[in-house]
Amino acid sequence: MVTHSAVSKNTPPADISPVRGAALSIREVSHTFELEGRPLAVLERVSLSLAPGEFVAILGPSGCGKSTLLRLVAGLDFPSVGSLSLAGQPIDGPDASRIIVFQDPTLYPWRTVWSNVALGLEARGLLASHRERVNDVLRLVGLAGFATAYPRQLSGGMSQRAALARALVNDPKLLILDEPLGQLDSLTRIAMQEELVSLWQRTGFTALLVTHDVEEAIFLASRVIVLSERPARITAEVVNAQKYPRHRGDPQLAELRRQIMGHLGLATSW
Amino acid sequence: MLTVFWPDQPATDWEYTGYLAAAFGAFGGLLAIATLAQLRFDALSRLQRVAPWMLALAFLLGLWETITAKLGVLPMPFFPPPQALLEVVVDDWVRLAEGVLASLRLLAGGYFLGAALGFTVGVAMGWSHAVGYWMHPILRLVGPLPATAWLPLAFFAFPSSHSASTFLIALATGFPVTVLTWSGVASVNRAYYDVARTLGANQSFLILKVTIPAAMPHVFVGLFMGLGNSFAVLVIAEMLGVKSGLGWYLQWAQGWAAYANMYAALLIMALIFSGLITLLFHLRDRLLAWQKGLVRW
Repeated sequence: MVTHSAVSKNTPPADISPVRGAALSIREVSHTFELEGRPLAVLERVSLSLAPGEFVAILGPSGCGKSTLLRLVAGLDFPSVGSLSLAGQPIDGPDASRIIVFQDPTLYPWRTVWSNVALGLEARGLLASHRERVNDVLRLVGLAGFATAYPRQLSGGMSQRAALARALVNDPKLLILDEPLGQLDSLTRIAMQEELVSLWQRTGFTALLVTHDVEEAIFLASRVIVLSERPARITAEVVNAQKYPRHRGDPQLAELRRQIMGHLGLATSW
Repeated sequence: MLTVFWPDQPATDWEYTGYLAAAFGAFGGLLAIATLAQLRFDALSRLQRVAPWMLALAFLLGLWETITAKLGVLPMPFFPPPQALLEVVVDDWVRLAEGVLASLRLLAGGYFLGAALGFTVGVAMGWSHAVGYWMHPILRLVGPLPATAWLPLAFFAFPSSHSASTFLIALATGFPVTVLTWSGVASVNRAYYDVARTLGANQSFLILKVTIPAAMPHVFVGLFMGLGNSFAVLVIAEMLGVKSGLGWYLQWAQGWAAYANMYAALLIMALIFSGLITLLFHLRDRLLAWQKGLVRW
């Protein structure tokens, strides 16, 4: 059940009912920044495929280029070398089918929760026909009672739920999660991890998560990708075939955790 | 009470002493009745808050009345008593009202023009690198020049003193509005754009629904600074070129050594300018209700 090969055998997820997500393909992507006139290699020949509806987590040392990879997937930046595609369509710019949720909820403080969530529909001229969808998604994330509140009135966990709702209202094929729970306190974090799993199971998107938290990666994802120091390469891949909903105390999770720590070079403390 | 029963200085004839006393009495009486009757209106609690100020004001007015009309301590033509101001307002109200209207018309034209242009240029500078590249040196060089320095040139270059003054007021308003709008646009959180772009926003949506609302707090700082500048330019332009408005009235009253008229015009000016700033504060509070901890006016 554990493979260490860089080429994945994408197992179709059995735990989500309607698979609405799309396949993501990252082929031989390398990326270089200009930093004070010198090139800085950030990503090196990264190849990764996600099956429709799969939940994949990426782990790596900080500053290794994980967020850069997500920006490429979101279409906010373009790779120096290599190509990316979603459902066979090349990624050539931002699109509402691939939505990114950042560590900072980045809600617009001048908009109420409702109009924050409605922003994507409004931007694409769909709001008039999809108003009820906004209410549905707010209910889905448990913020129905806060539709008219302003972001400054929300707690950290509620803000991040609003940010998730703002993404989900557009029915994305791929949800890109850039350490979305990184700013939350540990209790809220655990609750939100469970909510994330249940949202994923109910809506069936493909999910690509970047996190610093090994337990979070194992708990949420069916596959964990480990990246090296900058320039980031894929050094290992750990499959977690456990069924959802999972239990944190499971000895299998502890074993996976030990393996991943080894890949990250932190085995001595385990 | 003081006003009625203490005879004025001999050799003066302030016609409005009686009226002033009546007005003071009526207002004081009203306050007293309201307090005694323990009216339970919402207004009453506000009234209680301002009560110390009311008392201080009454005291100061009494002092003013005493040292001018009653004791004649201060030299007379330069320091008129309150009833002289009342006399001016009642007798000369047509000219004053005309002045107020002329001033407001000039101010409104220049201010709205300057604010609209400044806002547009500021957004364009923040949004487009090309506009920023060309406008920045111009703004750096010309911006610090006080609008009044253009005055001689403007009165010569423009067909009428009215259009010249409108230009000057627009200039005085436009500079701070431009700079602050620009800095507001430049300081918008980049992540706001990333989020909106992944949600499917195009350029015009980004400008109208992300850039401008995010820059509004800065824009309002510019609007406040511009309003203050525009008052200064308005008064100077009216004193030096325009043959109407409160600034002109001040100048004209000085020519006649009509000091009471000057004080009355100053008082009216203060009330109007303060009122306009209050209006802008209300507008800001309404538009930026999402912000917390706003400064009160």
